[in-house]
Amino acid sequence: MYGFEAMSFNIHGGYLEAIVRGYRSGLLTAADYNNLCQCETLDDIKMHLSATEYGPYLQNEPSPLHTTTIVEKCTLKLVDEYKHMLTQATEPMSTFLEYCTYGHMIDNVVLIVTGTLHERDVQELLEKCHPLGMFDSIATLAVAQNMRELYRLVLVDTPLAPYFSECITSEDLDDMNIEIMRNTLYKAYLEDFYRFCQKLGGATAEIMSDLLAFEADRRAVNITINSIGTELTRDDRRKLYSNFGLLCPYGHEELALCEDLDQVRGVVEKYPPYQSIFSKLSYGESQMLDKAFYEEEVKRLCLSYEQQFHYAVFFAYIRLKEQEIRNLMWISECVAQNQKSRVHDSVVFIF
Amino acid sequence: MEHGGDGGGGGCFPPMDLFRSEAMQLIQVIIPMESAHLSVSYLGDLGLLQFKDLNAEKSPFQRTYATQMKRCGEMARKLRFFKEQMSKAGLFPAARPTTAADMSLDDLEVKLGDLEAELTEINANSDKLQRSYNELVEYKLVLQKAGGFFQSALSSAEAQHRELSLAQSGEESLEAPLLPDQDVTTDPSKQVKLGFISGLVSREKLLPFERILFRATRGNIFFKQASIENPVTDPVSGEKVEKKVFVVFYSGERAKTKILKICDAFGANRYPFTEDLGKQAQMITEVSGRLSELKTTIDAGLLHRGNLLQRIGEQFEQWNHLAKKEKAIYHTLNMLSIDVTKKCLVAEGWSPTFATNQIQEVLQRAAQDSNSQVGSILQVLGTRESPPTFFRTNKFTTAYQEIVDAYGVAKYQEANPGVFTIVTFPFLFAVMFGDWGHGICLFLATLYFIIKEKKLSSQKLGDITEMIFGGRYVIILMSIFSIYTGLIYNEFFSVPYELFGRSAYDCRDLSCSEATTIGLIQVRDTYPFGVDPVWHGTRSELSFLNSLKMKMSILLGVAQMNLGIIISFTNALFFRNHLNVWFQFIPQMIFLNSLFGYLSALIIIKWYTASQADLYHVLIYMFLSPTDEIGENQLFPGQKMVQIVLLLLALVSVPWMLLPKPFLLKAQHERHHGQSYTTLHDTEESLLVDANHDSSDHEEFEFSEVLVHQLIHTIEFVLGAVSNTASYLRLWALSLAHSELSSVFYEKVLLLAWGYNNVFILIIGIIIFIAATVGVLLVMETLSAFLHALRLHWVEFQNKFYEGDGYKFQPFSTKVLGDDED
Repeated sequence: MYGFEAMSFNIHGGYLEAIVRGYRSGLLTAADYNNLCQCETLDDIKMHLSATEYGPYLQNEPSPLHTTTIVEKCTLKLVDEYKHMLTQATEPMSTFLEYCTYGHMIDNVVLIVTGTLHERDVQELLEKCHPLGMFDSIATLAVAQNMRELYRLVLVDTPLAPYFSECITSEDLDDMNIEIMRNTLYKAYLEDFYRFCQKLGGATAEIMSDLLAFEADRRAVNITINSIGTELTRDDRRKLYSNFGLLCPYGHEELALCEDLDQVRGVVEKYPPYQSIFSKLSYGESQMLDKAFYEEEVKRLCLSYEQQFHYAVFFAYIRLKEQEIRNLMWISECVAQNQKSRVHDSVVFIF
Repeated sequence: MEHGGDGGGGGCFPPMDLFRSEAMQLIQVIIPMESAHLSVSYLGDLGLLQFKDLNAEKSPFQRTYATQMKRCGEMARKLRFFKEQMSKAGLFPAARPTTAADMSLDDLEVKLGDLEAELTEINANSDKLQRSYNELVEYKLVLQKAGGFFQSALSSAEAQHRELSLAQSGEESLEAPLLPDQDVTTDPSKQVKLGFISGLVSREKLLPFERILFRATRGNIFFKQASIENPVTDPVSGEKVEKKVFVVFYSGERAKTKILKICDAFGANRYPFTEDLGKQAQMITEVSGRLSELKTTIDAGLLHRGNLLQRIGEQFEQWNHLAKKEKAIYHTLNMLSIDVTKKCLVAEGWSPTFATNQIQEVLQRAAQDSNSQVGSILQVLGTRESPPTFFRTNKFTTAYQEIVDAYGVAKYQEANPGVFTIVTFPFLFAVMFGDWGHGICLFLATLYFIIKEKKLSSQKLGDITEMIFGGRYVIILMSIFSIYTGLIYNEFFSVPYELFGRSAYDCRDLSCSEATTIGLIQVRDTYPFGVDPVWHGTRSELSFLNSLKMKMSILLGVAQMNLGIIISFTNALFFRNHLNVWFQFIPQMIFLNSLFGYLSALIIIKWYTASQADLYHVLIYMFLSPTDEIGENQLFPGQKMVQIVLLLLALVSVPWMLLPKPFLLKAQHERHHGQSYTTLHDTEESLLVDANHDSSDHEEFEFSEVLVHQLIHTIEFVLGAVSNTASYLRLWALSLAHSELSSVFYEKVLLLAWGYNNVFILIIGIIIFIAATVGVLLVMETLSAFLHALRLHWVEFQNKFYEGDGYKFQPFSTKVLGDDED
């Protein structure tokens, strides 16, 4: 299984691995979060963040801050770091790094399409898009009326094109269709990414397959929970699950039949790695499920740094940073809306 | 704290500023709230107090002066904004005026706020104007370029028409025909009216733009483009972009909405355009008119803005300094702990003992100036913590101290090798770099830096220049010493000169050649200074110089190592550590000198007696078979006996170093343990000992650890005595390399070129010689000799006595604030 990565990995990947490990050590720690949670105003948050790696990004912001500014600047830092790594990367790492952003691309496509459906302003929608998932003609998405047009006009030029083969219909776009499109795309994307990682082999394949399997399983559970009570048929639901992961295939069969949350729980708890996630929740509770999944994910992502000479650290870094930005957003929102008691509800400590 | 400037513990050396770091004390200052700011500000001006952070557990925004810190941060942001605006406008802040800023923080804040508001308003206005200006520029371009399409389309259409012999009036004239007619007539079969959209799109987006248009309309468009020579400013982003003018022809309303959406998506700016040529011309003139109008408005705005920035620029440095200073003061104030009554602040910090009065004066002045009813209280605290190390250096000694500090900052009041480094460092360098020609070059180069010192220190230098400039006083001494050793070696760019009289030797008869010394006889007194020039070029030159330089290296090395051990003795005396005197210093001295001290003595004796004894043989057989007869290698009577005694002494000194100290430490520890509580008189003394002992009685005493530690030390010293002495031979090796390299360049380049008797070749030869001399000998060799001298000091010299585990005294000072640019 293991090749001789230690011998040759550093020729192309050594510099970037060092860079990404350096970036990782710049992530906020539990002590930082504790301090942040005690902040009274957004200015306090800025003051605290200015002592961290975010300093240069926030120091020139005029004082009445908004949550969006903080999140925007923090995301900008992630994007800058990502771009730096991408420009330095050679094949196959550059492809790997690009793969990491396709998820955002799918989300952005869905965001724009849904937005136009509800007649929002395109510029406003573009500002909401995640900068990692931007592509040239993204604004043109607003022109499309149905999936076929969407594909033919815009997406054929993007890396998402191959994933679209399964959802080209001439049906007009509506919320349900779009949501199904998102999940079909995501499924195809995850499977493609999974195949790509397997092709890379070595430690990358091993660690990434674990991380992606977790991602696929989480999506399967979320799809099931979100589709309970909708008009989505069992077969359609079954089709949205990715064809790998711990739950595949028997868990998928069972999930497809689930009618309420406790049934889902019953299915997933059969798999030992996921037992711990549900054991934290009381029966019938679903709000905290996201957090439980995030915590588990963060744990797995952090573990990927225990090993050297593989690409999963890049994936893990991007994911961890996104989690950190989510945390900051939550804290800032809580502080801005004077809901400090709820600060701990959604913050996932990374270290 | 009585171990101060007055000689303290040792008593055998007069006080020396650099030899021991300044005596420090931990002081506590209780400052009333109302005079706190002023006190800290004055203390900062004095710059002799290092505050301790008493709120380490508090996060920045929980501290007392968090709001003021935020305000300072905000001001710093505004100042950065001004600076950015100024550099955009090509203005530079004026040099700092000599008058100190007489302005309070609040005034400054208000002023900065007003200025920022004014500036942003001006910027917003001028942005608006600039935007419409840019739009008009683009419009004009569209009018010109798109007009071009229509004209060329027109003329080609006309050509067709002529064939169709359709009578049209004014065919030859380009301006006259009306375009709508043309449109219809070119494609009479189509009944739909063709619409068109014209605009600009950036060049890299053009291709996808065209592609998407094509796809969206299923090919039912006609796309024309024309490039613009110069990049234009985009009205939205305000950046220079390479753009292209395009015209899209389409049919039908649906296509139009699609195209409009796509245009928006690609950030293509659309501009209305008329087909009427007459109207076109009219619009162009109209647009040009408005452009010039806008231009004047914008210029006026820019002038206004420039004036404002000029005004800011005049005082910028002053404000910047004030803001930085205020921030530093509040940062320091945040380190003070606040009293429960909230009426006073408590500061703790290190200060040199000599500064106590100054600090007290400053505090009094602050209390007076702030009309405080109560003065500040200063008291000295006792502590077991190790104080920071503070040397008062001047611009000459700083660079040498830096050399030592780069290895490790001296422990508090430990003997400072920097004092000796001032002489030994340049000297050891010069031993390796002995050539007075090169020395003079180096001297002149450094002299330039020293003469231009005032000017250069105020401006920003490059990385490497900065380094050389910083070490100018080191390099000047290095070069002076090189001239000295160069005179001893008698080398001037590797050529010897008879500077101090004529050579002592001369040919006995005509048969003696240059390449041998055999035919020479001594005709005069010994050459008075340095190496006799007659050695140069002889067959035995190298072996003579090697022998000389090797022996010299060993002498220098043994001397320097002895100095190191003696310094450890002064340390032991200073810290009243008698164990180290008896069980470290004395056996170490004996060991080193019974072996290598003896070797040095032999060398000197051999020089004096001109004996032909083989010193290697003597020293090796001193170990291998000390009882054998020495025979022809005997240098002095009783040598055998002396050697046996020395060998025995060396053998005895090893266990002497190793064993007693750990056992005595153990005994001492047990004794201390028994009397934890004694009279106060004793504690101060034990404090002195403990501070410099591995085992203070608060720490766990682990006998095995101490023993292993001592074992390592002993082994290190015994092996080190041999390897360090050998290490000093680098002095000879580098000196040899230097002289050989320079003689190669001289003989194989300069003399060779000279031999051709050709001016051209000679010039090339001289150029190569100069380049090699500067590049290899003056730069590379200086660097390598510097590094080796550095190594000899850090390793061979300092490991005899230097602990270097202290930390630097970093007082809060407002003087150094301006320097850090980030």
